[in-house]
Amino acid sequence: MNSFRLWVYLQTTPLFWLAATLGAFLVAEALAGAVRRNPLVNPVLIAVALIAALLRLTATDYQTYFNGAQFVHFLLGPATVALGVPLYRNLALVRRNLAPMAAALIVGSLVAVVSAVGVAAALGAPRVVLVSLAPKSVTAGVAMAVSESLGGIPPLTAALVIATGIIGAIMVTPLMNALRIQDYAARGFSVGLASHGIGTARAFSVHPVAGVFAGVAMGLNAVVTPILVALVLPWVI
Amino acid sequence: MIRGLFVLLFCQLVGEVVARGLALPVPGPVLGLALLTAGLAAWSHWRPLSDDALAASEVGRVAAGLLGSLSLLFVPAGVGVVQYAGLFGQYGLALALALVVSTFATLLATVGAFLLVKRLLGLEHSEGEA
Repeated sequence: MNSFRLWVYLQTTPLFWLAATLGAFLVAEALAGAVRRNPLVNPVLIAVALIAALLRLTATDYQTYFNGAQFVHFLLGPATVALGVPLYRNLALVRRNLAPMAAALIVGSLVAVVSAVGVAAALGAPRVVLVSLAPKSVTAGVAMAVSESLGGIPPLTAALVIATGIIGAIMVTPLMNALRIQDYAARGFSVGLASHGIGTARAFSVHPVAGVFAGVAMGLNAVVTPILVALVLPWVI
Repeated sequence: MIRGLFVLLFCQLVGEVVARGLALPVPGPVLGLALLTAGLAAWSHWRPLSDDALAASEVGRVAAGLLGSLSLLFVPAGVGVVQYAGLFGQYGLALALALVVSTFATLLATVGAFLLVKRLLGLEHSEGEA
């Protein structure tokens, strides 16, 4: 088999890009570990950059890549359900914090929508972009549905959601440390609300209690933000 | 492992069916999360389930494995974003600024509201405070 036919074979099976996704992530994890989990060295960001460079280098389109990577992507669903295990184990702690959580949920989700739309509107972004931006703190599937139902551009929303996740995951630890906030329930809840699953992944790597509260915030915000965006958006733009 | 994975997939499946069937604005996996939590609570009511036993169970181990590599699961979607980066287009700077400012403001507002209410209610320090 010559090298061209070998490459054609690799392009038609999920094997190559699935292995590449895991490999890129392991490299990214090793880099993050080498700098003692410095939040600036975000494993998702590095792995994405590595794969994107490899796709460009090999002139591979996203659909071909996703044929392999979909097996990893699929696990997002069961992983979301899996949050139920640490949630159950910390149920007493979550129950004790119901009132702070309710307040943080209302204030946080409102600030997330209004501040994003406000800044972009002030800088001249048109309505269709503002609608696509409004649900950016919610998990991707829900955000895209909200964007679509209100006349936004779902792929743009997905891009903004992932970017928000990475920004929050990078920002949260230095910000909370600078404020000397040591309550991991509060820290986790805020990053889960602002930055959905990517923030939750970061929270789990910092403290298990932060991870639990981030997961709860992500789930609650996925319920609140679609309602909030529909109610608030007409007043903002 | 199969049993653990089955429990997670089953909860997700029920969540998806209920969410889509009733046209709820909640994602199926989030309903699945609630179902798993409620299921564990119901199970422990009927037959005591210690923390160690749950962690060592098949569901506990599969869940720990998935959550331990949660970051990995966002890589395929993240690569897709690079494809759509062109959509940012002429509003790239406005959007980048909006995301950074808004994420910062949201983190501050959320943590502030959480801690303020906790203090107002005089809630005791818990194991979440290290």
